[in-house]
Amino acid sequence: MIEISGRWDYYYTLTSVALLSIASSGVWLTFYIGRINIGQGAYALAGGYVVAILVTKYDVSFWLSVPIAGLFCSFVSMLIGASILRLRGVYFAMITLVLTEVAKLTAMSLPITNGAKGISSIALPGELSIFGIIIIPDFSTLANVKLAFYYVAVILMIFVFAGMYRLVNSRIGHLCRSLQQNEELASSIGVNITILRIIAYSISSFLGGIGGAIFVSISQSVYPTTFQVADSINFMLNVFVGGMGYVFGPMIGTLFIYFGWDLLFTTGKYQLLIYSSIIIALILVLPNGLLSLRIFNKSNKREIK
Amino acid sequence: MSTILEINNVTKKFGGLIANNDISFKVNKQEILSVIGPNGAGKSTLFKMISSFMKTTSGEVLFEGKRISNLAPHIVARMGVVRTFQETTIFKTMTVRDNIIISHHLRSNSNLFGFFIGSSTARNDEREFARSADELLEFLSITDIGNELASTLPQGHLRTLGIAIGLATNPKILLLDEPFAGMNHDETMHMVDLVSNVRDRNVTVLLVEHDMSAVMKISDRIVVLNFGELIAEGTPKEIQENKIVIEAYLGSEDDSIGL
Repeated sequence: MIEISGRWDYYYTLTSVALLSIASSGVWLTFYIGRINIGQGAYALAGGYVVAILVTKYDVSFWLSVPIAGLFCSFVSMLIGASILRLRGVYFAMITLVLTEVAKLTAMSLPITNGAKGISSIALPGELSIFGIIIIPDFSTLANVKLAFYYVAVILMIFVFAGMYRLVNSRIGHLCRSLQQNEELASSIGVNITILRIIAYSISSFLGGIGGAIFVSISQSVYPTTFQVADSINFMLNVFVGGMGYVFGPMIGTLFIYFGWDLLFTTGKYQLLIYSSIIIALILVLPNGLLSLRIFNKSNKREIK
Repeated sequence: MSTILEINNVTKKFGGLIANNDISFKVNKQEILSVIGPNGAGKSTLFKMISSFMKTTSGEVLFEGKRISNLAPHIVARMGVVRTFQETTIFKTMTVRDNIIISHHLRSNSNLFGFFIGSSTARNDEREFARSADELLEFLSITDIGNELASTLPQGHLRTLGIAIGLATNPKILLLDEPFAGMNHDETMHMVDLVSNVRDRNVTVLLVEHDMSAVMKISDRIVVLNFGELIAEGTPKEIQENKIVIEAYLGSEDDSIGL
């Protein structure tokens, strides 16, 4: 479809959707343990900076620095999470909201992040080879870099959501649900709720980190404003619109929100008005998200059995 | 009879208020011991301290000789001391059977990563949990509601489910928090049978309760608290005849106002 229309920029849009939905699925996981997370932007930004610094200053391969960025984010989130995950409800939400702003200010002030000027001209991913066999060629030699990134993002997204689906349908998912519903009862049946909360939060941040890292590599630059509070809220909105009860909710939600915004571009100055009205209407009519629509429900019922 | 749980000089203060003052008693293996007392006697506080949901101010609780006070609730649960809740605390959006299956968590041999990749130990665990859950449903005669959503259950069934959740963890001692509260006579009698059956599964039962007739019927021994102090301990018959207990519940004759 894209080839027919000749709009190569759609690849860029779809790539973004894939990456943002990876970060959103992280947010979704924190919702699944009963925490409202509005701080994913912080980890996406941190992930972006880690890749930028590793690639530009230390010449580390892109393929290695992305997982490092993810691990860095999950490590940071463990430290932060250990204290803030005791909070519940709106208190946790408020703290996470602040996190994004904190990340931005940190990026502004640290020397290594180059302040407000950010880091630009990040090299494209080099080749990835194992035992001399080239698995992925150097991106700068490719004719169509966008297409290459598109494949990377989509493949990663498939892996993330497959992993997520497995996680939720395994015992870990059930335990997360038990946390969401009643932490006291969960601890009385012997669930180590502190550890489980931190595990879930660090997985969430890991996903935020790798999402942000690849995003930054595509735009080849990162600034303190690359991911802002608004982005954090968007990550959350993706989850809401897609449906909090469904693993694939964040994916559908991101697709809908991102494309919805783009498609409304033609309406000019009314874009925001129409867009907001649609989202308000959606949340009112479908409080359980787009996936609660009847057309999707057939497959869901099968899952429950 | 050997001692399974020892409460040694446990005191709990909330600021200036003394909720439990220097309480000591022992629970024997496989007995049903009830803690009773008027409102505000400190029963629930004591209960929370035994299950480590609350820290003691001083004193300690020993389970099979090991200190269990001031640990995290999940660690105490792992050792075999499991509580149920006063309110109808259950996993609301799961079915009854799923509630029970998830509560088998303690018995799992596999670690979390094993469950993620679906290792053979994990699959064995799941099979075992499902089998054991069905057995528990049968034992509590609630097989017919196994697939119902927990949030739709009536009061009596919720309480039974609470006990099922507790039993699923394979406890050595089960702490029941007011299992008869809000029940009519028939339901209470049904629950009394059920709790006695629980004891026959090699589980020691410690319960906190208001309902006198049920307590007298079910208990091997009774501990009475009043204003945070332990005022009596003994068999139901002894407690019924104990003057101090009668005073605590009915008030004493007061000469000064001519009663």
